[in-house]
Amino acid sequence: MTTNDTLIKVENLVKSFGKIEVLKGINSEIKRGEVVVIIGASGSGKSTFLRCLNRLEETTDGHIYFKSTDITDPKVNINVHRQKMGMVFQQFNLFPHMTVLKNMISAPMKLLKMSKEDATNKAMALLEKVGLADRADAYPSQLSGGQKQRIAIVRALCMDPEVMLFDEPTSALDPEMVGEVLTVIKDLAASGMTMAIVTHEMGFAREVADRVIFIDEGVIAEEGTPEEIFANPKSARLKDFLSKVL
Amino acid sequence: MNFFTELWQDFHHVMIENDRYKFMIDGLRNTFIITFGALAIGVVIGIIVAAIRTSFDKNKETLRLRGGFGYYVLLFLNGICKFYLTIARGTPVVVQLMISYFIIFAVANDGVPVAIFAFGINSGAYVAEIFRAGIMSVDNGQFEAGRSLGFNYFQTMWYIVIPQMFKAVLPTLCNEFIALLKETSVAGYVGVIDLTKAGNTIAGRTFSYFIPLITVAVIYLVLVMVLTWLVGRLERRLRKSDH
Repeated sequence: MTTNDTLIKVENLVKSFGKIEVLKGINSEIKRGEVVVIIGASGSGKSTFLRCLNRLEETTDGHIYFKSTDITDPKVNINVHRQKMGMVFQQFNLFPHMTVLKNMISAPMKLLKMSKEDATNKAMALLEKVGLADRADAYPSQLSGGQKQRIAIVRALCMDPEVMLFDEPTSALDPEMVGEVLTVIKDLAASGMTMAIVTHEMGFAREVADRVIFIDEGVIAEEGTPEEIFANPKSARLKDFLSKVL
Repeated sequence: MNFFTELWQDFHHVMIENDRYKFMIDGLRNTFIITFGALAIGVVIGIIVAAIRTSFDKNKETLRLRGGFGYYVLLFLNGICKFYLTIARGTPVVVQLMISYFIIFAVANDGVPVAIFAFGINSGAYVAEIFRAGIMSVDNGQFEAGRSLGFNYFQTMWYIVIPQMFKAVLPTLCNEFIALLKETSVAGYVGVIDLTKAGNTIAGRTFSYFIPLITVAVIYLVLVMVLTWLVGRLERRLRKSDH
């Protein structure tokens, strides 16, 4: 599915929290249709990297280009670009005061000026796909973790994003619910969606990734195909990390 | 003559003769006008102050990184808000009321608008802190989820954070409203005939304290109980989303 068309380009990205430099100059590219999985130890900066991509974290230095617009430029209206960058969080972050359907149709109606009917049709079709059409009128508190995360994924898809960012989407789930969420993400990958996924599920990373990035101490320590990363790790750090998680 | 007949005769003598109950009705009307007027002012001030204080806390890092005037404007507004909160909460409301009537609006001859102003300014400080605590209590993930969908700062606040904040603060806001209703009983200090002053006036004219003051107390109590019941119903309605 990968094309030669670059969707996101990261140049020398630096991010500091106070005096602590979390990202120390990251260069990378995500091509349209590509699935990039980001792995690394806790505190390595992988989530921070992902959150910089849609500027949920303000960058300290460097540039991020989304469809050749430099979105780190303060003059850029980041809200317009975020509409095209869906994000899924570890803690789901569904809006508890809205039903499932309302969670999904609010943004398309208010931001894309979609009619209620069109937005509802679209949301219902997506719910159908993930097997949750019967929960459209439920409130988030009535759902299981796995259901919540599947809703969070389709809520982001309602905006027709060009890229999906996943920040440890299965880390807060009970083990028996991890599978149902991973299946949805795999289906999405198969449909050609461009994705950046931070995860601890190595089996899943191996299966779904076109390219794996290993972040360690704020830099990309190694990157390559799943084959290269998991079967033939080169750096001592990656070998050490894999020996702990596999 | 039994106790109740005696009580009724007292009541008749004190409240009904010479239409003295009309003082109470006028007083109750003024109490309502001052309470609701002050509540409206308090909520508006509360929203503005809470909005400035929370957006300063949430955005100061970003704005400082980005440079420019925005940071200093917000820093200045935040300073004014803090000053206001310190003064409004640090001095007694009766003193604020008297300063308003005898100094700030010394030319005014009607105490009611001045009382609305003074109680509104005072209540606004408490409401602001209630709203601010409410906004802070909404998980930051909610804010991030809103922003990640493309909502701007104000849309995220309006559609996502504030509805959740409102539900969280409703009981506390109700307490503030009840406190305000009872606080207005000092309006008599600036010559306003509110419910309390009306009771006191009747007592002074009839040399009987029991009936007028107990009546005043019962009216306040009934008002507070009705308010509490109404808010309880509203809370149950808002709670339907969490099971």
